[in-house]
Amino acid sequence: MKGEPRELKIKVNGMLYELKVKPNVLLSDVLRKDLKLTGTKRGCLESTCGVCTVILDGKAVRSCSILALQANGHEVTTIEGLAQGNKLHPIQQAFIDHGAIECGFCIPGRVMVAKALLDENPHPTREEVRLAMQGVLCADVGYVKQIEAVEIAAEKMRGGE
Amino acid sequence: MAGKRQGKAKPTVMLKEEGYSVIGKPIPRVDARAKVTGEAKYAADIEVADMLWGAIKRSPHPHARILNIDKSKAERLPGVKAIITGKDFGGFKWGWSRETRDEEPLASTKVRYLYEGVAAVAAIDEDIAQEACDLIEVEYEPLAGVFDPFEAMKKGAPLVHEDRPGNLCVEYHWNFGDVEKAFSESYLVREDTFQTPRMAKGYIEPPAIVAYWTDGSHLTVHAAKGSPYFPYRILSNCFNLPLSNVRIIQPFIGSDFGGTKNDMVNGDFSAPMLAKKSGKPVKIVYTQFDELTTCLRRHPMWVTIKTGMTKDGKLKAIQTKVISDGGAYTRMSPLSNFLTGISMALPYKLPHFKTDVFCYFTNNPSSAAMRGHGIYHTRFAGDVQMDMIAEELGIDPVEMRLRNAIENPKQGKIYETINKLHLATCGVKECIEKAANEIRWEEEKKRERVKGDKAYGIGFACGTYLSGTKLSGHNACAAMVRICEDGSVSYITGATDVGQGSDTVTCAMVAEVLGIGLEDIDIKRVDTAHTPVDPGTYGSRVTVLAGEAAINAAKDAKRMLLEVAAKEFGVKPEEMDIKNKKAFVRTNPGMSIPWARLVRMACYTTPGMVIIGRGQSSRGISTYGLADFTTGIGDIGTNYSFTAQAQEVEVDLETGVVKCTDNSVIAHDCGFPLNPPAVDTQVVGGAYHPGVGAALYCEFKMDKGLTLNPNLVDYKLPRAYEAPMTKVIHVITNDPFGPFGAKEASEGSTCTAPPAVINAIHDATGVWIKDLPAKPEKVFWALKKKRELEQKKK
Repeated sequence: MKGEPRELKIKVNGMLYELKVKPNVLLSDVLRKDLKLTGTKRGCLESTCGVCTVILDGKAVRSCSILALQANGHEVTTIEGLAQGNKLHPIQQAFIDHGAIECGFCIPGRVMVAKALLDENPHPTREEVRLAMQGVLCADVGYVKQIEAVEIAAEKMRGGE
Repeated sequence: MAGKRQGKAKPTVMLKEEGYSVIGKPIPRVDARAKVTGEAKYAADIEVADMLWGAIKRSPHPHARILNIDKSKAERLPGVKAIITGKDFGGFKWGWSRETRDEEPLASTKVRYLYEGVAAVAAIDEDIAQEACDLIEVEYEPLAGVFDPFEAMKKGAPLVHEDRPGNLCVEYHWNFGDVEKAFSESYLVREDTFQTPRMAKGYIEPPAIVAYWTDGSHLTVHAAKGSPYFPYRILSNCFNLPLSNVRIIQPFIGSDFGGTKNDMVNGDFSAPMLAKKSGKPVKIVYTQFDELTTCLRRHPMWVTIKTGMTKDGKLKAIQTKVISDGGAYTRMSPLSNFLTGISMALPYKLPHFKTDVFCYFTNNPSSAAMRGHGIYHTRFAGDVQMDMIAEELGIDPVEMRLRNAIENPKQGKIYETINKLHLATCGVKECIEKAANEIRWEEEKKRERVKGDKAYGIGFACGTYLSGTKLSGHNACAAMVRICEDGSVSYITGATDVGQGSDTVTCAMVAEVLGIGLEDIDIKRVDTAHTPVDPGTYGSRVTVLAGEAAINAAKDAKRMLLEVAAKEFGVKPEEMDIKNKKAFVRTNPGMSIPWARLVRMACYTTPGMVIIGRGQSSRGISTYGLADFTTGIGDIGTNYSFTAQAQEVEVDLETGVVKCTDNSVIAHDCGFPLNPPAVDTQVVGGAYHPGVGAALYCEFKMDKGLTLNPNLVDYKLPRAYEAPMTKVIHVITNDPFGPFGAKEASEGSTCTAPPAVINAIHDATGVWIKDLPAKPEKVFWALKKKRELEQKKK
């Protein structure tokens, strides 16, 4: 049996939501289907590709591999929560300026991974950026420009030191 | 006779390079902002009011007759709105060409590969649709299957298609010159067999579709299709609709790399049929598991190559025999297998060539196009064997390539290969020289190979690919450039950007021709109700041919505007031009009108003009005619790109683990880089990293039709720490057949990584790995065998 819907209180991009969801529903499905936040992509549903990555209480997590109810009472940031009005987050801007985007399908997940990394570690080494990036697969840009874009953003976020 | 130069290049669509204001500059992608904010909608993100979810019921047998399908239990499940089986399609079959229509939307009488779709359900949510699929009871009569082409070709082997004796899917036999005579005159003749594996395309976005009907007679589809005019035609046939009633609206596409997103999957037929039956919109989204177990993959091929060389290392003749596994249905196999032969006379001068190609049906998922389509297999064999021969003859591998490389034809001249491919430009020599120089080949080759338990080596390889594919049938791209009355411009195209960056460069071409800024151009993407028909995104054709169409449409609009401007100054339109948003008289630039004013004048002077420029491509079809698939003669490309790559590897002598280091160079001749950073990402991410994956990691493991590693981690797509940084060098040749001198960027350079890596492993350790990928266990056993042989000699 699937079980009855239960209450879910979740803060997403600063907004508090109260929903009823079944215990087997994934966090990615609540974000995409209930909250219509389709910037978080749906890829493998088995924690291999990383395109569904969001930030949960400061950590990058794959929203396909966590039940929505596990996020009850917690705070989630998705790609839609990054820009301040028209002003893009420095990571987003660096990805555009550095030409680190092709088909774009992995970009929301990758930007969230980068944000979690830089929020925790403003001075990552190249190896640390590479290791963080390994959680999200890319088929076309190649990781070179993406790694460089994260380094450019890191410098901007530190205040151009 | 190969190497003969004849004729003159046809007139060019290129403008003078020095005056460009948008083209050739590093410009941000027109779609970058939407993609980085998450606003870009891909097919799976699209929702329509009242929408149902669909799911596919799949066969648990790789080869079986369908005896009966019982839907009754599924129908009783609350929330189920429609159930279809193969029979609902009334015997409709489809295929790559008229002659190869051998596949049903859902199998109705027999399944030919594991997990082939046999039924589909639409329900109020995804879980119920899936649950209903589980409740459909299908009675099968399992049949013996064949799972590799060597079994399939045997007498008495089970037949995948009863009407295809010997399981032969397609064969080619071409003969140019006299290979036997050339072999007898050669100083050295060498024969080797190489193997390339079954590969996933590697894109992350799985197939997805939303379909709905209006009036019961108009079908609208939003789908992850890189070639939207394929489903436009196929669904028109399938549902017996006039083309005007089939509307395919293209969302953003999460990459393609050939095959699956060109043509159809079970879901692409099921969603429209379920929508028809239920009267509601239906959405089907594949998982990566569905994609990796049922969708198209690269052909595994066995390439036997026999090469004759002179003493001083010049190619005299090549003979190849290619065996490939086509999988369950014909799909694009005729083209994939055709392409294995066309590249042998590129990028090296080849006077004699013979090939025999055989592709067989098996009970594996179907094979089809993948980046570097066809050429990848035989160029791998050719470029590794070239190093083997270089070693035997004691000639430096770079020197050997330089001796054989086709020279860049002088301006206005054409180089013709033995199979009548025509090159106006060929930068391969310059690519070789620049790559060798950058990696410091002369110094590096003298260095110590072994350091402790690691060995280091550098390998070299060259590649080529066609751009602007020309096939029979409809080949032209078309575009419209509509000038809005405030001076902004709508660029309406039938072409699709699956990530390669063609939306941006074609917008740049329109801006360049009109003499305005990139920010003034807004692209209107494919909606088959409004955009002109286009063949699709494959064969590296979009930038070259859709680019030509965009240029022609912009020129047409510009002509209309200049007629208005010329009247104002009492000159002829040809005496005027537009640059930096100003129309001016060439001989007297002081006589000028600002762009916005000129547009207003044209639109508002009674009765008011409606300015829509129209253009189409013609180069792809007209220049040298079409290739003949029977004889192998003729061009399939509008022009051809060239690459040389140098790559260092580190081999762990204990474990056999090979890593590509960051010491890597790709010199690439794409004619002229229209947007240099985009060419870089194409060459590095779209070509080099998948190439490294093909060399070291990527391979589907199969067991009797079952894919054992159907996720991108176990299959092993390279991750960020396995993807080396490389240096890209642009070699500029300005091809007269390409828009602004451009040729394709990246399909050629995905073909160079595997031979460069294999040659580097040999340089490091002395072992040859002839079957890709060079997984640790293969390298480990090869090293062990070599050590044992050396000990025996002692």
